[in-house]
Parts: sequence; structure tokens; C-alpha cells
Amino acid sequence: MTNHWIDIRNSDCILIMGSNAAENHPISFKWVTEAMKSGGKLISVDPRFTRSSSKADFYTPLRSGTDIAFLGGMIKYILDNDKYFKEYVAEYTNASFLVSDSYSFHDGLFSGYDPATHKYDKNKWAFQKDADGIPKRDKTLLNPRCVFQLLKEHYSRYNLDKVSSVTGTPKEGLLKVYEMYSATGEKNKAGTIMYAMGWTQHTVGVQNIRCMAMIQLLLGNIGVAGGGVNALRGESNVQGSTDHCILFHIIPGYLKTPKASLPTLVDYNKKYTPVTHDPLSANWWGNYPKYSVSLLKSFFGEKATPTNDFGYSWLPKLDDGKNYSWLDLFDVMYRGAFTGFFAWGQNPACSGANANKTRQALTRLDWMVNVNIFPNETGSFWEGPGMDPRKIKTEVFFLPCAVSVEKEGSITNSGRWMQWRYMAAQPPGTARSDGDMMIDLFKKIRWLYKRDVKKGKKAAFPEPILNLKWDYTTKGMYDPHKVAKEINGYFQKDMTIKGKTFKKGDLVPSFAFLQADGSTSSGNWLYCNSYTGKGNMAARRKREKSGIGLNLEWSWCWPVNRRIIYNRASVDLYGKPWNMEHPVIKWDANANGGKGGWVGDVPDGGWPPMLKADGSLNPKTKYPFIMKPEGHGRIFGPGLADGPFPEYYEPLECPVEKNAFSSQLINPTAAVYSTSEDVYRSCDPRFPIVGTTYRVSEHWQTGVMTRWQPWLLEAMPQLFVEMSEELAKLKGIKNGEMVVVESARGKVKAVAIVTCRLHPFNIEGNLVHQVGLPYHYGWVHPKNGGDSANLLTPSTGDPNTRIPETKAFMVNVKKM
Amino acid sequence: MNGKAFFIDTTLCTGCRGCQIACKQWNQLPATKTENWGSYQNPKDLSFDTYKLIRFKEYPGPENTPVWYFFQDSCRHCVEPPCKETADDEVPGGIVIDSLSGAVLYTDKLKKANAQSITDACPFNIPRAQKETGYMAKCTMCVDRVNNGLLPACVKTCPTGAMQFGDRDKMVELANKRLAEVKARFPKAVVTGLDDLRLFHLLADAPEKYYQFASVERSPAIMDRQMALKKIGRSLRELSKEWNVLHKLAG
Repeated sequence: MTNHWIDIRNSDCILIMGSNAAENHPISFKWVTEAMKSGGKLISVDPRFTRSSSKADFYTPLRSGTDIAFLGGMIKYILDNDKYFKEYVAEYTNASFLVSDSYSFHDGLFSGYDPATHKYDKNKWAFQKDADGIPKRDKTLLNPRCVFQLLKEHYSRYNLDKVSSVTGTPKEGLLKVYEMYSATGEKNKAGTIMYAMGWTQHTVGVQNIRCMAMIQLLLGNIGVAGGGVNALRGESNVQGSTDHCILFHIIPGYLKTPKASLPTLVDYNKKYTPVTHDPLSANWWGNYPKYSVSLLKSFFGEKATPTNDFGYSWLPKLDDGKNYSWLDLFDVMYRGAFTGFFAWGQNPACSGANANKTRQALTRLDWMVNVNIFPNETGSFWEGPGMDPRKIKTEVFFLPCAVSVEKEGSITNSGRWMQWRYMAAQPPGTARSDGDMMIDLFKKIRWLYKRDVKKGKKAAFPEPILNLKWDYTTKGMYDPHKVAKEINGYFQKDMTIKGKTFKKGDLVPSFAFLQADGSTSSGNWLYCNSYTGKGNMAARRKREKSGIGLNLEWSWCWPVNRRIIYNRASVDLYGKPWNMEHPVIKWDANANGGKGGWVGDVPDGGWPPMLKADGSLNPKTKYPFIMKPEGHGRIFGPGLADGPFPEYYEPLECPVEKNAFSSQLINPTAAVYSTSEDVYRSCDPRFPIVGTTYRVSEHWQTGVMTRWQPWLLEAMPQLFVEMSEELAKLKGIKNGEMVVVESARGKVKAVAIVTCRLHPFNIEGNLVHQVGLPYHYGWVHPKNGGDSANLLTPSTGDPNTRIPETKAFMVNVKKM
Repeated sequence: MNGKAFFIDTTLCTGCRGCQIACKQWNQLPATKTENWGSYQNPKDLSFDTYKLIRFKEYPGPENTPVWYFFQDSCRHCVEPPCKETADDEVPGGIVIDSLSGAVLYTDKLKKANAQSITDACPFNIPRAQKETGYMAKCTMCVDRVNNGLLPACVKTCPTGAMQFGDRDKMVELANKRLAEVKARFPKAVVTGLDDLRLFHLLADAPEKYYQFASVERSPAIMDRQMALKKIGRSLRELSKEWNVLHKLAG
């Protein structure tokens, strides 16, 4: 989230789209309720009328996968009706930037597309630069090559008729949502978006979110209280896991995993350190080398020195052009290329798209280590439906582990708040914490390497193993405080920076003090400031007495405890809040002994406002969007794999033969796979119904934890499929009857919930039906509970993230 | 009026079932075997093992926008509970009222009662018996928590503040305040139970749209004849006790 949970109460208009907040983040609804009590409005847009919709001021439906059409129509409405926040757009976004003539868009494709590789050359989308290398601008927004005009042109096709015909949303519904939401373009109004997997799990997932981010920039809703782009994360600590970057393409702090084509640290830092020529752009990622070197010092400690590139050569490298995402991992596993697999705290046999492919892939392993608290479909895959254990060679080791409340450590929530948790109970029996298991595992691995090296055996590349800094235990047990401190970082020698003196071994107070010369370490620059000489900031529990809910002394958030990021955009050019009722930061000219300073939230950089009191430019200022090299919010986004403007494409499996917006039916850069399990059927009479998957309040993820909890199972005992009364009538299906749902890849038995909360969609003159299933069930337990809805979903995904398209695919429903 | 009361604002309820599960957990009630019968609602009904149930009802609604109502069903802790009126004749001490909170509590003596007559006496169809033993059970208002300064488990768990609990007079005030606040958005809104219950529902629509027994007319005019006689009989007995005392005092 750019903002945080409590801040939702400050919103004048909350759009719940691509999520079902009341259902899956029930506590968040406390803040939605507060906003509504203060007069804020709630809009729900969803294929079904959900528990969130039941509380909304306005609900309208849309067909799964058509969000870009819906939102593109909103952009057109905002521009046509002058609803955008003019000063904000002209000053803080790249709306005024001129785009080079090599950029163009025609019939569904942007310039630079190579049909052989299915990839774009993003250089075609560059900005025009002046002699100093700074993007040229037209703040009047009239130049035909400026982003604003290109935006207008791009979304001119997204008229009400076309949008309604593609989404199935009635025109009055579209208009009402556009009207309600664009009212937040007023400078003292804020609108917020609560989104989740309903937007991300598509072949156009990232572009869905981009579209909303653009709307928020147009309406001046970024950086302000009650605004922002707010992802509802699906696990209590998935934000933590993404911050510490356990995904293949990033290393802690959202640094890039090095590629094989970057053999030295200099090459690596050069490639990923953006450069700006604009003195007014903070270009915060310009500090990249400080963070990458400090990370290496945390990895390898004393062994990392300037002469060995701080151990850069000991880091694993990605092969250029190769993808190692979840979908790719299981594709490779299916092809038999993996010997072993740690399924650690996850249930891929139920959670991954195209679950049959995953389950087959598991049979190709020699061994699996399954770390979990309950038996699950992954560890037990070999005795699942359709499996013959005699034919499966995989040896499975089940390691029972402690649950979160049986361990001490931190959890980072959707709002970036790192909250320390204490150990509430001992793990039962022989269950152990993940940390203790990893400590023992690594100890043994290191011992084996040392033994081989000692014996003169040719150990395969022992340096990373032998040189890793590994001192995170206290009395032989994993110590989360030691890890948390390492993540914060230490001074490696006595030094004086910014007038402050530190000793070797002192905790670094914030990332502003990190260095690129090896004199500092930090396991994650974003978390530098979380555990300092002042103590464990994540353990603080002091509520604010009044204010907009920032609670600056309750836990700690990154970066440097800034609760609302991009908050320099919450003020005008003089530093006065756009909205005086909910100020985030405010420039006080009298603070700091007359030098002036910001009050309120931690400012997104302490530089003074853009203009001095007399209206002249303050040369010490910086633009508000400090994480972009140009310093401006990106309405035109040249960095993504599938285009600088979101464009409507149908889901990979779709119910129509043609895309109403262009000749390009699907995302031209979407990820697809080609084993015999990777079957896709679009516009196929055998699978004429749109299918989607979702969650319910009572269960969690694949149900590994919740299906074993009797009270939860009592409340939600079985896999169900929600369908409209119209579809049920067509098929002769009665409410409560067991039916079969099938796709090109698999089938499941589910109880039919026939409901008036779902209706077929009128799509380009044809009636298109839709159904939905929760993905919480699996064959292990309970016996008649149903199996995973992911047996139906397709192995295709977003080209930027590879997140699978589990929210829109094609199925059929049959009576048993 | 003394004692406590619940105020349930269904306009804030999201049907999350936190309260239903919290009740199970605090009372350590067993889960019953259920099947999906075509609804989110489960179990299907209250039972000896289920004191609190969220009932789901959906309707097509105006302008293609359906409505989905969530009704929190549990004992209303009547000020003058008809189940107690019935039990007092059969099994004195089978049903008691906690003097501090006003909670209507079932004791193990109730096992000797005719379970069906106890359930039939309740206008809200709440009391349930354990088939094998005849013991009866229902919501206890978490009287063990309440009389130790804590909120009932369900109220504590509610994330949106739909469930409130406190001194009855304060809850009456809160209910009326919220009713006034929601009238603009929900012109048909009503609050049930302010006169004679310790559990008030703020409903956005007519009570029967939520549940058959969401609200029941309990005016004296349609009071059961038997119940009326019982009431008179008891009043006479109490009156005669007082006479006896007075007589004794008078010498």
C-alpha cells in the first residue's frame, strides 16, 4: 500500500474492485465503516454481489477480466468532464512530458513489438530530452506529443457503448461509478482503491493496477490521506516476504538479482543505478550502489572486501532472458529437471494454477522436503487421486513446523508496518521453528563443504557457502533479534557522517547513512531504521492521541517510518496541504530556528517546498515522486513489458472471438507453456462459461490450516460453485445439488449455490454466463470436502510478474 | 432498567461469522457435521452445540442490485422470559436470571423439563435440547466474562462494531441514535426489542425479510392464555405471600 489500513477511514470514496475486502480482510472493514460513518461512500464493482457489495452505497457488476475496459472508460470520463486535478497533474505527474516520435500505438500493439520473441523494445517509448538530458515538458498540456494528449487519444476509444458491451456492465452503472469516483478530483477530496487478487491474477494484472494508479494521479489522490493505491495483501506477512525478496528476480530491498551478463559489481551497479540530469529530481534509486554493497556486507561480512567485489561473484546469477517464476519452476519440474524440492510452508498441489500439471511435476522429483503444520496435498501428493504410489520414486520428508504464534519475530502488513510479535506458546511435540530448521540445515551443508574441501575433493563452488556470514543464533537457537539487527545494518568501522560519529558495530540509524565503500552493512536498506540504537522500533505500541491515524509510534514502517508515501504530493507548491482537514505534511517556515521544516508524517524527503514564499523556485527542492528518475508520477509508464498505457485485451481463455478494442485478442506478451498439460481453449463450445476463483472469510488460501479447524469447517464445509439462477435453469440445476465443473485441464465436483447475486452478462450482443469457486479445498481433508479449484485454472500469466491468470478462464458446468 | 444488553447493528454486519466462531471457541462447543446446502449459512439451525448462528437471506432487490441480509440469531435474554415462566412451574431453578447482568441462564435442573414446551414457549425459537441427555442450552451472554468486566466473546470479536454491549439504558440510547443516523439511507429501518428484550437488532428492512423469528409481536393482547393464567396465578401467589407477611406483622 502507498497508504495504510487505518488511513482508509479518511477516504471520501472507497472503490472496492478486484478485491472483496469485507470477505477476505474483515478487520479492514472496521476502517471502511469509519469512513462511511464520516460520510464517505463505498462503491463495489465485482462479477458477483459479495459480502463487500452488501455494504456498498453502489454496486455494479463486470465480467471477470474486463477491468481495463472499465477503468479505461473512467479515464476517458475524467478527461472528457474535466474532473482531473489540474495543478497536481501538471506539476507532479509526467502528463506534461513529451514522448519521442518513435512511440506509437496501432490496432492493439505499441511500437517496438517483435512477433518472433513476443517482446517489446522499450527504447521506442522514451521521452524527448533537452540538451541537458532532461525530459522536455509542456505544462500547458496542449502539445500533441505530450503524455496528456497521448493519454486522451489512447482512451478516446473507451466510450460507454464499447466499454459496456465488453464488460457487461450496464451503461448507467458505469456512469454512476465514474461520477462518484471522479468527484475525488477535487483538491479537498480523496478517493482510495482497495484491490487484491481480482486485479493481479490476470495476464494483464500489472496493467490493471497501472490503470488505477493513473486514475489516482489524474485525480490527485496519491500521497494524500484517504487516497493512494492500496493492495490488500493475501497473507499477514507476504508484504514482509516481498520486501525481503524471496522471489527470483529481486534481492532484499527490491534490488535486482544479478544476471550472468553482469560479471562485475561495477557492471551490475551501473546497469541498475538510474541517472538523472535534473537537479530537482531526487532520483533516490541513484543510491543503489550503497544498498547493494551494504547487502553484500551483510551476506559475507568480513569476507566481503573491495578487492573481491564484496563477494559479488559468490552470488548466484540468472541466465539472461530466462524466467524462473513459479509457473516456470513447475514447468521445468514437470519436464523432469529437478532432483529435489523444498515445499516450505506452501501447498503447490492446490495453490498453483493448473494443479494437475503441478501434481504430475511432483512425481518427477527424487525427493521433497515438506515443511508444514498439517498433512497436505503436496506432501501427500503420491497418494492423491489418480496416483499410483508404486510408480512414484519421490521420497518425501515431512518436517512439522511451528505456527506463527509459536515463534518470535516480525510481520509486515499491507500498510508496510513491521510489527514485532512475541512467542505465545511452545510448538507441540517435535515441531520446530523455520529459523531453527534453517540454522541446522545450513550448518550441515557448510560442514559437508568444509569436509570436501579439506579432503581435497573438487567441491562445486564452495565460496558462497563457506564465506556466508552466519551468526544468528543465541545458545544454539535461531535469534530473530540478531537477524532483525542485521537487516537494519551496522557500521563496519568507526566513522563520522553528516556530523554524527559512530563506532564500529553501532546500528545504522537510517539508510541515509549507508555507504557504497563497504563501511556499512544492511540486510535490507528499506528496513534500515527499524532496529537502531533507540531499540526495536517494530515493538513500539504507543497510539496517537489525535490525528489522521498515522500512529507514528505504533510499530515501525518503511521507509524510515513514513506512513503515507509520496506525501510531498499532498501539498501545493508552497508546502500547504491540498486538504487542510486531513493534512499529511505541512511546511512550517518557522520550524528549525527559522530555517523551516515539515510537520506531520515523515516527509518524503526533508527538502523544502518547490516554491519559496515569494513564488520563486527554491533550488533546494525536489519533485515529489522521488523513486522515479524524473521525479514525476508516471501516467505514461515506459518500464513495463506490455506497454506504457494499459490496453484492453481479453483473458487468454475468453468467451469472445474478437477484441472490441483492437485486432489483438490477448496480451501479446503473456506467458504461455507447452507441455501436454498446458491446454488452453478459447471460444470453445465445450467450455462456454467464464470461470473465476476467489476466497471466503471462513477459510484461508488452500485451506491447509483452516480445513483442519472444526469450527471453520462447520461454517464452510465444502467446495461450492456460485452460479446465476439463469444458468441453473438452463442446466436444470437445483440449489444445493452436486455438480461437476470442468475446464480444458481438469474437473472438480462442487455444490451448486444458485444465487440472485450473479447474473449472465450481455457481451457484444451475446449472453455470457459466469460461475465462481473458492479455492480453499483439497482431497486430503475432509473426505467429501472437494478438491482444489486450481485443477481448472490455466498455466498462463502476466508478462511482468508471471502471476497466473486464475481469475478469468473458461469452464463448463454439468449435472452429475 | 438494570442489567446489560446487546445492540446489533445489521447495517454494519458483513456476515463474517467471527462472532459465530468466537462463541464456539469461548464455550468450547463441538463443531457439528455440516454440508453445504446451497447457502453460506452453516450450521443450518441453532442446536445444543450452536448458541449463535448467522442467518443469510438474499433477494433480487431494486434496479438489479440484490440485497443480502445477515441476521445474528441467538437468545434475546428477555426481561420477562417466557421460557422461564414455563420452566418455573415444571422445574423451579431450571432457568434463572443473573441479577447483575440480567442474563437468562439454563441450569442442569432443566434436564427434567419437557424440552419441547420450553422451546415452544420461546417466541424466537431459541432453546435447544441435547437429544441423548435432555439438557438444554443457549447463549449465556458470556456471563462469566461479563461479570468479570469483559465483553461477551462475540462482541469482542466483531471487526466492524456491528455488535455492541453494555448497560441496557446506554444500549437503548445507542440503538435509537443509530436508527436516526441510518433512516436517510434505509427509510424502512427499525429497531427490535427495546421494550422487553436485552438484545436489540437494527434492521434496514422489515424483520421478516431477515428471518421468520427476527421480531415477534408480544403485546398482552395475543399473549398465550395459558401464559396469562400462569402470570395471574403467580401474581396471586406472590400477593398472598405478602398478605401472609403483613398478617404476621400485624400480629
